[in-house]
Amino acid sequence: MDVQTLTLIFVTASFLLYMAIAYWSKARSIRDFYVAGGGVSPFANGMATAADWMSAATFISLPGIVSFMGYDGAAYLLGGSGGFVLLAMLIAPYLRKFGKYTIPAFIGDRYYSNTARTIAVICAIFISFTYLAGQMRGVGVVFSRFLEMSIDTGVYVGAGIVFLYAVWGGMKGITYTQVAQYCVLIFAFLVPTIFLSILLTNNPIPFLGLGDTVADGSMHFIDRLNGLEKELGFREFTAQRGATLNLVAMALTLMIGTAGMPHVIIRFFTVPKVSDARKSVGYALLFITVLFLCIPAVGAFARTYFLEAINNQPYANVPQWFNMWEGTGLITFNDLNGDGVIQYQAGENNELAIDRDILFLASPEIAKLPAWVIALVAAGGLAAALSTAAGLLLVISTAISHDLLKKQFVPHISDKQELLAARICSALAVGVGIYFGIHPPGFVMETIALAFGIAASALFPAIFMGIFSKKMNKEGAIAGMLAGLIFSVSYIVYFRFMGGDPDDYLFGISAQGVGLPGMILSFVVTLVVSRFYEAPPAGIQEMVEDMRYPENI
Amino acid sequence: MEKKKYWRKKIQYLLVLLSLWFTVSILCSIVFVHQLNAFKLGGFPLGFWFAMQGSMIIFVLLIFVYVWLMNRLDNAFRAQNR
Repeated sequence: MDVQTLTLIFVTASFLLYMAIAYWSKARSIRDFYVAGGGVSPFANGMATAADWMSAATFISLPGIVSFMGYDGAAYLLGGSGGFVLLAMLIAPYLRKFGKYTIPAFIGDRYYSNTARTIAVICAIFISFTYLAGQMRGVGVVFSRFLEMSIDTGVYVGAGIVFLYAVWGGMKGITYTQVAQYCVLIFAFLVPTIFLSILLTNNPIPFLGLGDTVADGSMHFIDRLNGLEKELGFREFTAQRGATLNLVAMALTLMIGTAGMPHVIIRFFTVPKVSDARKSVGYALLFITVLFLCIPAVGAFARTYFLEAINNQPYANVPQWFNMWEGTGLITFNDLNGDGVIQYQAGENNELAIDRDILFLASPEIAKLPAWVIALVAAGGLAAALSTAAGLLLVISTAISHDLLKKQFVPHISDKQELLAARICSALAVGVGIYFGIHPPGFVMETIALAFGIAASALFPAIFMGIFSKKMNKEGAIAGMLAGLIFSVSYIVYFRFMGGDPDDYLFGISAQGVGLPGMILSFVVTLVVSRFYEAPPAGIQEMVEDMRYPENI
Repeated sequence: MEKKKYWRKKIQYLLVLLSLWFTVSILCSIVFVHQLNAFKLGGFPLGFWFAMQGSMIIFVLLIFVYVWLMNRLDNAFRAQNR
């Protein structure tokens, strides 16, 4: 059977599975729709959170980023995993004890203010739409590359599937499909990685293989890769390229941003108890680490292959996958010196441009793995994109139906009407997602930097202070959220869209690291402004007190 | 156990565990990576290993240690307040 037929079978089978789960886990009440009835086991929730968190960008782009950036790519790995420590210790258990459905609901109730609630709604919706655009695009790319459909058709099919289980099933449907999607995506990621590891180092465990010797045992794999990079004029794989402070800022922005991401935090509202919320964060990070540990390995393996197998080869002899990707425009060969041989090296004589997003998708073909592995990777990429998309849709729909409609504009509606409103908002959000998938903003990396910047500088400080400071009042929180929001948005807009000169970066911190200075500013503003106003009402202070102690005492 | 004592204990756990979190992720993996790269762990330069693998493994351990500590503290708190 050819690759395309196999891919079609794998993708269809996985979609049927998700639909069956959606049918079985239909939301019957508003509590089902918002928090899956509150009865998800910590283990299952850990898996669902891992799928929720690992997006199309993690699955498709991250191995390529590490492969081409070497050591500096670690900022993304540290950033994507370290935030869960903050979630487990500073955020998730407290918000679970508080027992509300959404992040804006926490901020609005804790700061006894609909202004604060509305700012939080704006942040949550902005972050989620930004992310959703990337997921829809990922779905389209996988469909067009592996099934040779147009990107638009791919986006419609993907959106149709998400529509089914997100609109019908709400959080309940999303949770159990995410569990299945985690299994699909982790399997799809590990299989080619393990094959590559055996091929290059004879070690079947990829993250150990990276530290092992090359297949003939003559030297350490990393030394060989460093040698190859040096020979061609690139920096060594293990060498640092960027400025230290910028790497620190990037890692911390991603970590703190993770701890303030609404679609991640709400997953911990679905477990029965506070102690389950803590445990569940541990499981989530464990499941994420299984994949993250393999990212540098697959990145380094594929990099070695490129340097050895493609450099100095006559163009006429390149393997078939090379031509396939050339067709998509993601690999381009420009024979500068006209000798018909591919020169891949640093500097102006380089003749080969490779888009880093293709690296993982192409790795099964690079390693000449059987067709079913390629089909599996396609299904895995879709699982990663769809699982994240669903979590984001829920944040958008609940922010509107619960925090704008129920809590502000039409408070008298019944639970049944609220559930209907949530479903309608979810359907509308799918529509907007389709639009972004087909007409993607041309600045995906910038908008993702913006999403993390806002989560770290506007949401995280307000949530943190709401838990750890009983006396924090609404004036302080609102001022801090606005300061963080305005600072990060203007920093990114100035440097990315208005042609700001990178030499003017604050302490050399790039747009991707803006969350760190933004968060510090937000905390300072919050603390200073709160001094000038009176402490919150006694009822609020008791509520904060209550969040800090275990249930049933 | 008094509420105040419970809360103080919890903050102590947080401070210790979060300083470890900061040490491995920011200090070992980024700030002092060159110094640590002078040492080897198998085929890995040590600083590079912390950045790519070590920190993540330690993050997972830190969370489970926290879970264990907190469950113990919660039980002691409940036993005395029943």
